[in-house]
Amino acid sequence: MLLIKIIPDKCDFCGTCVGVCPEDAIELKESEIKIDENLCTNCSKCVWVCPIDVLVFQKEKIKSEIKN
Amino acid sequence: MKNEYDVIVVGGGPAGSMAARFAAEQGASVIMLEKDRDIGYPVRCGEAVSKEGIEEFIEPDEKFISATINNFAMIAPDGTKVLLSLEQTGYVLERKIFDYELAKQAASRGAEILTRAYVNGLMFSDNKVSGVKYVFMGKEYRLKSKVVIAADGVESRVARWAGIKTYVDYREMESCVQVTASNINIDKNTLYFYFGKDVAPEGYFWVFPKYNNSANIGLGIGGEIGKKKSAQIYLDNFMEKHYPNAPVLTKIAGGVPSSVTLEKISAPGIIVVGDAARQVNPLSGGGIVSGMIGGKIGGTIVGEAIKTGNLEHILTYDKAWHNRLGKRHEIFNRIKNGIYNFSDEKFNSIAHSFLKIPPEKRTLGNLFKTALINNPSLLLDIAKVFIIK
Repeated sequence: MLLIKIIPDKCDFCGTCVGVCPEDAIELKESEIKIDENLCTNCSKCVWVCPIDVLVFQKEKIKSEIKN
Repeated sequence: MKNEYDVIVVGGGPAGSMAARFAAEQGASVIMLEKDRDIGYPVRCGEAVSKEGIEEFIEPDEKFISATINNFAMIAPDGTKVLLSLEQTGYVLERKIFDYELAKQAASRGAEILTRAYVNGLMFSDNKVSGVKYVFMGKEYRLKSKVVIAADGVESRVARWAGIKTYVDYREMESCVQVTASNINIDKNTLYFYFGKDVAPEGYFWVFPKYNNSANIGLGIGGEIGKKKSAQIYLDNFMEKHYPNAPVLTKIAGGVPSSVTLEKISAPGIIVVGDAARQVNPLSGGGIVSGMIGGKIGGTIVGEAIKTGNLEHILTYDKAWHNRLGKRHEIFNRIKNGIYNFSDEKFNSIAHSFLKIPPEKRTLGNLFKTALINNPSLLLDIAKVFIIK
């Protein structure tokens, strides 16, 4: 389950997240970014290095999953 | 446009343009593919370089020089300011124009350029990279080559597809954000560096003058710091404190790989240059000139390989880079590791001690010596990079 969310409106398409992704799960075009949920392991390194908080780890999604 | 090229360069930044230029100078047919619609834009950079560094490639010209730098200022966390004059002249560039000029150099040697060409895969034959797949104007294309030069910047995906491990440990990725702001009243020949946990932990905050009272104001923080608080928040705090009313002309985010060069920067049919190869000076975070040097070395070797028909020659690029700059970057990396997590008290005491040195001895080398006085092994490293040229 993909737990990392991108807020595209905030993104500057700088590629910092792509450069630390161990799985090559992030695709970045000129003004388009997406995470491949089949490759992403939710390791969150992309979230930590994003300079402008575009990527968010959705804790609440885990909680709701556990509840269910 | 041809169906096949000797060399495909992926990425039109300074490293890509230099790789294209130097490969073309050896007579290779070259095309450079850039994913964005413009060469040189958006700029992701503080734009500072040394005069000596760019002179190897291009005559300094006022059309791409926004400020000329002679001084360095360090501002310690307690506000103590250390000012020193630099032994070398520096420049703050106008990258938009500078990058254009570099691409034009490549073009003048015969390289073709295609913008808005997004490379999304490699082609292989006989376990060797044999071209790229790319999307242009909504259509998919395949383009064959003898050698691909990956110059795709911080993302560095192209070489990864060839099995080269390019991703950076997040702790070694400086997370950066910068504004270019107007009405900034600073000395127009001085680069200002602020240190400390409030402004830029595990990195530094910069204010670099640009033409007509504008400045590049930004910072980089280590990836570990970004876990708790993003670079953006540090920038907002600084602007609020120092320049609350400054009109912001541009805002950009970016990452600087602050590590040593990748272990491997060539493989059959492909080499990696610039930020993609992690050819950034890990101490300063400067990557323009070192990327251009990587591009020059790589482009030349690839060009020679094409000219002689000996494609295995491209594998000598690793060593050539290591000897020219890679080794030096290892020294810079050791120095960085010695200072990057200094406490505020330590930065303050460095500034205070340094101000006791006679003004004529206040050099950048001596500033680092003061910082690392209790670390003899690094003092030797300082001597290697700052004193012995």
